[in-house]
Amino acid sequence: MLSGRIALVSLVVFTLVSVPARAATIRIVVEKLEFSPAAITAKVGDTIEWVNKDALAHTATARNGDFDVTLPPSKTVSSVLKKAGTVDYYCRFHPNMKATLTIAP
Amino acid sequence: MFKPIGTTVVVLCLTSGVAFSQGAKLTDPQIAHIAYTAGEIDIKAAKQALDKASSKEVKEFAQGMVRDHEAVNKQALDLVKKLKVTPEDNDTSRALSKQASEKLGELGKLKGAAFDKAYVANEVAYHKTVNGALETQLIPSASNAELKGLLQTGLKLFQGHEQHAEHVAADLK
Repeated sequence: MLSGRIALVSLVVFTLVSVPARAATIRIVVEKLEFSPAAITAKVGDTIEWVNKDALAHTATARNGDFDVTLPPSKTVSSVLKKAGTVDYYCRFHPNMKATLTIAP
Repeated sequence: MFKPIGTTVVVLCLTSGVAFSQGAKLTDPQIAHIAYTAGEIDIKAAKQALDKASSKEVKEFAQGMVRDHEAVNKQALDLVKKLKVTPEDNDTSRALSKQASEKLGELGKLKGAAFDKAYVANEVAYHKTVNGALETQLIPSASNAELKGLLQTGLKLFQGHEQHAEHVAADLK
């Protein structure tokens, strides 16, 4: 049916137009006092899933103040990236833990 | 698997104020006991500091010691339970505890900035001693892979504590 096809096409077009580029979920694992991967690229709007496999409490704290996420022991925490930039972050409790997140606009 | 090595004679090296024996082979139940005791000692010292310290930086350091050492000791308890190992008291643990209670008494007499300095100086020295023992004795002696792994992660964590204590000590000068 032609009208049906038009309806389907317009639905597809509508969907393509109305849904912005899908935000991704990026996993960063914390294990044995290390962020892994130590360097990763993401986009504004993406969600970082912080998986803390240590029995220790950690934080993911941006040196420029853009984010400060508390990572309770053996828990997974999610945070959404709001600002573009190359951000060096570390754990406030264990400052030897350092990594970099490159956030594209 | 756990391989009990049997009773070993632990020679205490008390002259340098270090409770760790030199060259003695320790069994896993003894190693677990020593590691747990060493953690408990630092928690007690930190709790005294939370009570007595005047510097904000020293209090924050002490909070970190309680947080990390309690977490590691809980992990150690979970591991020995899982492995069905009973930690075994030994001369090294006893010497550590004796020295620690003497230090608690000594620090207990101090106040204000004098306490802060002495507590942090002892934290530097204590972590240095324990890390040295972990590196040269406890880790190489551990037979069980999981116990060895826990001690290795512990060493990495406690090396961070040692650096942190050194940093705080420098700030107090």
